Parts: sequence; C-alpha cells; structure tokens
Amino acid sequence: MSVQRVVKPTTRKGKRVLEGREAEVIEGPKQALIFHGRRGSDTIRSLLKDIYSLKKPDAKLLSRKNDITVFENYAPLEDLCRKHETPLFVMGSHSKKRPDNLVIGRMYNYSLLDMVELGIDAFESLHDFVGSKIVIGTKPCLIFNGPVWEENDNFRHLKSIFIDLFNREHVDGIRLQGLEHTLSFTATPDGKVLLRSYKVLLKKSGCRTPRIELDEMGPRIDFSFRRSKLSSEDLMKEACKKHKVLKVTKKKNVSRDGLGSLHGRIHVGKQNIQSIQTRKMKGLKKTTDERKSEKLRKRPFIIEANSESVNNKRIRVE
Amino acid sequence: MDVVSNIVEKSLRDAEKSITVHKHLDLQYDLGTLLAVDTNSLDLKSLRDNRNEYLLNLSRDNVQLLLNKIWELPTQQIDETLVVKLPPAKFVLPRARPVPKPKPLTKWEQFAKLKGIKKTKKAKLSWDEQLNKWVPLYGYKRAAAERERDWVLEVPATADPMEDQFLRKKTGRVEKVAKNELQRLRNIAKARNIKIPRVGVTHPDVSSSKDLQTSITVARSATASLGKFQDKLPKEKEARGVNELVPGSNRKRKLPAVSNEQERDHNLQIIDSVLSKRPKINIEKAMARQIHSKPVEQSEENSRSKPNTHGKRKNLKQKGKKPASNNNKVQKKGKKGGGRKRR
Repeated sequence: MSVQRVVKPTTRKGKRVLEGREAEVIEGPKQALIFHGRRGSDTIRSLLKDIYSLKKPDAKLLSRKNDITVFENYAPLEDLCRKHETPLFVMGSHSKKRPDNLVIGRMYNYSLLDMVELGIDAFESLHDFVGSKIVIGTKPCLIFNGPVWEENDNFRHLKSIFIDLFNREHVDGIRLQGLEHTLSFTATPDGKVLLRSYKVLLKKSGCRTPRIELDEMGPRIDFSFRRSKLSSEDLMKEACKKHKVLKVTKKKNVSRDGLGSLHGRIHVGKQNIQSIQTRKMKGLKKTTDERKSEKLRKRPFIIEANSESVNNKRIRVE
Repeated sequence: MDVVSNIVEKSLRDAEKSITVHKHLDLQYDLGTLLAVDTNSLDLKSLRDNRNEYLLNLSRDNVQLLLNKIWELPTQQIDETLVVKLPPAKFVLPRARPVPKPKPLTKWEQFAKLKGIKKTKKAKLSWDEQLNKWVPLYGYKRAAAERERDWVLEVPATADPMEDQFLRKKTGRVEKVAKNELQRLRNIAKARNIKIPRVGVTHPDVSSSKDLQTSITVARSATASLGKFQDKLPKEKEARGVNELVPGSNRKRKLPAVSNEQERDHNLQIIDSVLSKRPKINIEKAMARQIHSKPVEQSEENSRSKPNTHGKRKNLKQKGKKPASNNNKVQKKGKKGGGRKRR
C-alpha cells in the first residue's frame, strides 16, 4: 500500500498493554520502584527489602546498582520509572557525604513531582522482631504524631508522600478483623522522623468496640530529614485534579429526612384541563340544548354590548 | 482490707480494658484512608528517655481513637464476617497520570451522531443463495467463496467492452482500503491538531465540492495576469485558505495617502515618546540599598512611634510623586507616561 501506516498494535496482547498504559479515571494503587543508587550499605539493602515487603504486591525491587544521583540529575530516574510504569520510587544509596541515604519521591505523568531525602540514624529490620507478621496486602492504619507534620512545608509533603506510599488502593468496605497493621510516623521538633510498625491486637473491652493493644512488628527506622525537592503549587494542583465524573454535584430540590427516606420537590407546569382530550362516550356527549347554551355563554360580551338588539332578534326568531 | 484491695484491683483492670483516651486537641481523621493525625505536642522528656515505650503508648492511644471511629460506622455481614463501610477518602493525593480526556469523535462518528445512526451488529455468517452454504463475513473463507461465486462477471452496458472487469474490481478494492486509511490518518491528525500537507487534486470520487472549489480558484490564477480578467460564475465564491497556492494573493495593498496633518501628528508622537524616556530604576535593588544604608535610622524611628513608620512606608509606596525626603527618592517600575519599553 502506498500510504504509510501510523503505529498500531499488531497483536491483541500488545493492544491490551497499550490500553493498560492509558490514563484511567480511577487509578489503582500506585506502584513503587525500589532500587539502589551507586553504592549501598547493608543497612540500606535490608531497609529496601523491608520496605518492599511492606508494600509488596504493588512494588518492584531492583537488585542491580544504578548510576543515578537524583538531586543532581533526575532524568535517568524518570526514564527508569517510565520503563517500569511506577509513579513512586524509593532509592537507597550510601556515600561518605551522605551515609545511609534514602530518597522517596513520586512522579506525575512520568515526570518528577516531588522527592525528599532522608538519612537513616537507626534501623532494626523486620526480622529482628520476633512474633507474627501480617498478611501481604493489608491496608495499614496510618498514624501521624507531632505538631511538626502540619507546621513545616517539607514535612507536609513528606506526610503526603508517606501516605501515598503506604496507603493502598481505596476500598469501599473493610473487614473489621482485617485492621491488623499500623504504621506510626512521629515527627520530633528537631527534624527527625520515627517510623514504627505495629501489629494490632483486638482485645475484649466489655463493649462493642475492642480494646486495642499493639505489638511491635518491625521495621523500626529513625529518619533524619536531609534535602528535598518539592513540587510547585501549580503542578500539585494540576496533579490533584479530579475527573468530572467523580466530582459530586449537588442535586437541587432533593433531600433526605432523618429516617433516610428521599424527598423530592418537582415542578409541574400548569395543565390545561379544559382542552384536554378525554375518552369519548355516548353518555358524555353534549345535547343540543347544552351546546346552544354554551354558544351563548361564549358571546356574553356582545350580548351585553347591544342587548336590546339581540333581544329584538330573538323575538324576531321566535 | 480484702474488699478495698479487690476494688482497687478491679478499677485497675477496668482502666487497662478501657477504650477511652483523653487528648488536649482532637485528632484529625480520614476514615477513608484509615488516617489519623495527632497534632498534640510530644512529651520530649519521655521521648528521649524511653523512646520506644513512649511511641508504643502514643500510637496505641491514637489507633484506639481511630478504630473507635471506625467501629461506629455502619457494618454489613458478608459471608460470616463483619465488613464496615468506609466513607470516601478526604486526604487529596496527586494522581499518577493526568485526568483522561474524552476521545475526539471521528468525522463519521460525528455525522452518525448528528443523524442518529446507530451501529448494528452484523451476523458472522450469512446464507449465500447461489452457493447454498453459509459464508463468513470476512476471512479467507469469504474470499474463497467470492472467488467461487464470481467466476464470471457481467460487463456493464456503459463500460468499455474491452476493460478487464476482474482487474477493475481488484483496483476498486485497493482504492477503497487506501481511502479508508487516508481518512483514518486524517482523523488522527484532526484529533491531535496537526496540520497535514495538502494532498492536491484527488480522484473525483473521493474529493468533495470544497476540493473542487479550491482547484478552480487555483487554476484560474494560472494566467499571465494572475486571473484578473477571468470570468466568474454569478454566485461563485473564492476558495479560502489557498493563499500559498495562488500567486499574488499575499501582496500587500498600497496604503492610502495620509493627510499632512495626520503625518505630522504621528511624527510628533514618536518624538514625544523618545524624549519622555527616563532612566529605568530597579525598584527592589534601590529599596534594598536604601534599607541597607540606613538601618540604624530606621530602627530608631520604629522604636519612637508606630504610626510614624507607617507614614514613612506609605511615602515609600508613593514613590516618584512626592518624595518624603531626599533619601527616599525612588522611582516606580511601571511609570506613567507613554515611553516605549527600553531594551
């Protein structure tokens, strides 16, 4: 054929892959890419593994080193995330200047949105804690302690990143017994972030709501805040846009009462009952007298105007 | 004694079991994301001394508060388990990809929508009367069936008797496919807002009346006088958007002669604008220098009285118009007067 074709998927599978890459109205859980930088220490390596096991079905752990320094040049990072289709990334690195370094960030439309760099002061792995662990894919309760989370711009972004990383997909309903994992983030005034992970134990309390007990499950990480690259407000606003379908529009004249029943007020236009066509029946037919009187009723105006002449006419007719 | 110790023990046990937690400030909850934010200030002493125990207790209290809220939500029994219905999430997280835009309609889809044409599904097999068998809609079996059925072709009365009807059918099909491909590309170009090069004069079967108009307009200009003396039909309109194809259409018309007075005014205006130019002052830099050079004086003024400093600031804002003192002579960036921007 003379005309050159625009790239079109040749196989059904390829078509499905391309369709899967298209933007969706409601997005699923964000996938995370977990990888090393140029060099990694033992701490970093086991930390990345632990983060992977916390995030598990929605994460990819890369085992090789990557020559990426995100704060100097983030273009290779964007390529890597585009390749793996992951909007979240966790990069661990270790250098003399910044030992045990962790960079957590996220992407919007395959380009960097924001990222923060955290140093690791203390770390105890998931395996260092005895006791039972949680099932893969459990949605955790996220607890943020300390006033710093609301005061500082860096920490506000960090909070959002942590929620994005650990909050799984939105669910309409959740099994009460399935609330078994808690991640607690504590920000101290001196710029440290303490991450603790607990298993939730539901104990009897004598009433319907159970008494909560926590059992530390690991990992236990003490972060210190290092560098950050925050998004501009415009970009964040753009990224937080909702689809028109998901926006709740208020319906007019519809309300619900205390019992939950729906009330609506509707407007019905004026009905013209006089000229409406009803069923035709012999019994409903007008007699000749009725028709005559109606005819007269229709012209009262003329009759009043020159009543005398009409009377005269009548007399004449009679 | 025994009674008292019993009571004390019981109250202790109750405290252990209790589900109530007291906080100075209420937590912020987002039950949709199972999130609780505690903005109460931390107890720094116990955080320093026995950090892990303190964090455990703090988290326990907050989880208790969060789960108390969740247990209040309406529940549902599904397969012997209690499922609680969560409200929609309040905490706004950025999307991974932009919001999808609706796909632009193709030209045919637009037309079909306008006319209310609905797509009807065709059956995959249809009964062929001639061959007495089921023939598929497409595929190699369809092609084979067609070859079998059309082993001989009728020559239409209007056609050239020597023309090969088989070849004609074949080329017709190829042309149809090419046309379809062209239309597909055109739709893609239109959806992505790309300008595509002109195709030129196409086959009369494919081209529209607009194409015809274009070719007439272009052809008419192909005379020595660029079509100036060519005849036109009574209600004929020139094709638009063909400037690049019609020679001389881009040539500017001569401007009408300007009166002496107008010309003089115009020239004076230019001279005015040149002469009224004043040196540009970087207001921020000037302010910084001003503040830097007189820090002591300002602080003294501040300490003296507040309203006075206010007045000073106001003066600074009105720069140019009424300098409060010689030191405050700073000019506004967007000055008035019709000077051209200096480059």
